[in-house]
Amino acid sequence: MKPLVQLYIQQFKTTLAMMFQYRASLVIWTIGQVLEPLVYLIVWSVVANSSGGSVGSYTTADFAAYFIVLMLVNQVTYTWIMYEFEYRVREGILSAALLKPVHPIHSDIADNISSKIITLPIMIAIAIIFAFAFHTSVAPAPWAILAFIPVLLLAFLIRFILEWTLAQAAFWTTRVSAINQSYFVAFLFLSGQIAPLTLLPHAVQILSLLLPFRWLINFPVELLLGRLTMVETLIGIGAQFGWLIVSIVLLRTVWRAGVKAYTAVGA
Amino acid sequence: MSEEKDNPMAYAIHVRDLSKFYVVTQQETGTKAAFQNLVHRRKVEVRAVDGISFDIEPGEIVGFLGPNGAGKTTTLKMLTGLLHPTSGELSVLGYVPSKREAAFLRQITLVMGQRNQLVWDIPAELTFELNRVIYRIPPDSYRSMVTELTELLDLGSLLKKPVRNLSLGERMKCEIAVALLHRPGVVFLDEPTIGLDVTMQQRIRTFITQYNQRFGATVLLTSHYMADVATLCKRVLVIHHGKLLFDGELSGLLRQFTSHKTIIIQLDNCKADLSNYGEIESYEDGKYTLRVPKTETARVTERLLAELPVIDLLVEDPPIEEVIARVFAQEEK
Repeated sequence: MKPLVQLYIQQFKTTLAMMFQYRASLVIWTIGQVLEPLVYLIVWSVVANSSGGSVGSYTTADFAAYFIVLMLVNQVTYTWIMYEFEYRVREGILSAALLKPVHPIHSDIADNISSKIITLPIMIAIAIIFAFAFHTSVAPAPWAILAFIPVLLLAFLIRFILEWTLAQAAFWTTRVSAINQSYFVAFLFLSGQIAPLTLLPHAVQILSLLLPFRWLINFPVELLLGRLTMVETLIGIGAQFGWLIVSIVLLRTVWRAGVKAYTAVGA
Repeated sequence: MSEEKDNPMAYAIHVRDLSKFYVVTQQETGTKAAFQNLVHRRKVEVRAVDGISFDIEPGEIVGFLGPNGAGKTTTLKMLTGLLHPTSGELSVLGYVPSKREAAFLRQITLVMGQRNQLVWDIPAELTFELNRVIYRIPPDSYRSMVTELTELLDLGSLLKKPVRNLSLGERMKCEIAVALLHRPGVVFLDEPTIGLDVTMQQRIRTFITQYNQRFGATVLLTSHYMADVATLCKRVLVIHHGKLLFDGELSGLLRQFTSHKTIIIQLDNCKADLSNYGEIESYEDGKYTLRVPKTETARVTERLLAELPVIDLLVEDPPIEEVIARVFAQEEK
C-alpha cells in the first residue's frame, strides 16, 4: 500500500507543477465549470418567477441552492479522461504506460485528485459568493453533512471508474466522440445536471433510478440540501455501493479485453 | 554445459519460431469499389514477423538491422509485451512478456527514439521522481543512479529545465536516463540516435557501452545508423520481410555478403584509364575508387603499384551500409 501512497504524493507534485504551467487554461476551465450551472440556475429562476415563485417543490432560492451545490458536486466528481484516452491511444502514449509496473489508473486518479485539491478552494469561494448574490443558503441536518462526505467520495469513485472504463472505447474505435457525446447527453438529463430530477417526467425519473448517473450528482446534491430522509439516504448509499461494485467489475473486464485488443493489432 | 544451453532460462532473451501476422482489409478506390467494399472487404494477411528464432546471452549487445517495415519494431514490441505474438515461443529473463507481470516490467526498459515518456512542460527531474515511486527504487539506489547517469550522460543542469526548453539531443539524453533509473537488466533501444547530430550520437553510443559494462545489461538495439551498430554490436541480427536473414558477428556478415573489396588510389596528377584493373565506382579530385573481386585484390594492387604513378593506395571493405543494401536488394529479387 505504501508505494501507492508515495505514487499519489509524487503525482500530486507533478500535477501541481503542470498546473502552474497551464495557468491560463486553468482559469478558462474554471469559468466553464461555473458557467454551465449558472446558466441553468438563471433559466430556472426565471421560470420559477414567471410561474408564481416556484416550480414543483423548488422556489427561486431553492433552485439557486440546488445549482450552487451541484456546481461543487460536479467539480469534485468531474473527469476529463474520455478526451485524454483517445489521444493516448492515437499517439502511442499508452504504450509507455503499459510498460510501467503499475496499473495506469492510479496515475490518473492521483492526477485528478491533485488538480481538484488545487481548484476546489476557488470553487468553494465562488459558491459562497453565489450564495450571497442569489440570497440562498443550505441548512442540512448534522447527520446529512456527515453522510455527505462518504457519499461525495463514492460518487467521485464511481464516476471516475465508469468514465475511465468508457474511455477505453478508444481501444476499439477511433471515433469515440460519438460515444462520448451520447454519454454526456444521458448524463446531463439523468444525473440532475439540467434540472432537479423531481421536476422531470415520471418515466425519466424511473429510468434515472436504474442508471448510475443520478447517484453521482442529484443524490449528493439533494442530501446536502436537506431534501432526503435518512431512509432515502441509506437507499442511495446502497445504490452507490452497488454501482461501485458494478463499475469495478466493468473496469477490470473492459481493461483486460482492451489491452488484449490493443496488443493484438499493434501498439 | 550443453544442457544448460538447451534451457531457455539460461538466456536473457529466447525466441523460437516467433510470428506476428495481421489481417488488414484492403480497400480499392473509386465509387464502384466503395460500394463493393460495403458488402465484401478483401482481407489480406500481413506477415510482419514470420518465424524468427534467436537467443541472446546475458550481457550481450546485439544489433537488429533491417529496412523500414522489416519487422524490427514489431519484434521489440513482442519482446516487451506490447504485442501478443501470433505464434511461437518467447521468453525474456524467464518471463513471458505478454503477461506483463510487474516483476518483469521492473527489469526491462524500452527506449523509442521517436516516442517519449518525459512530461513536456515540467523539468525532467519530476518525471524521474515519478519513475522512482513507480518502479519502487530505494532512495539510496535512486540517488546514486541519478548521480551516475548525470555524470555518464553529462546531464548537468538539464534535469531542472522544463523539457520543452531542451534541444532534441538533450531531451534524448534525459529520455535514456529516465528509462534506466530502475537499472533494467534488459534494455531495448529502438532508434535511440534518430535525428541526433554526430557528436550526440557518439555520446549516446559511448554511454550504451558504459551502461552495458557497468551493469552487465543485455542490450538489443535497432538503428538506421550503421555506425551505431558497427561500434556497439559484435553480433547482428538482420531481418527482412519478417524473416531472419543473418545472425552472427558483424565481420561474418561482411564476409558472407561481400565478394568485392574497394581500392581507393590517388595518382600523381594524371588521368588514366583504370577500367582494365576493375570496375570504376567514382572519380573525384584525382582519387579513383575501384571495385575489385576479393580474390583479385592482391594481384590488382600489385599491378597498380607497378604500372601507375601511385601517391596513395587504400584497400577497404565496402561500407557496411552498402553491404546491407545489397543483401536487401538481393532479397527483393
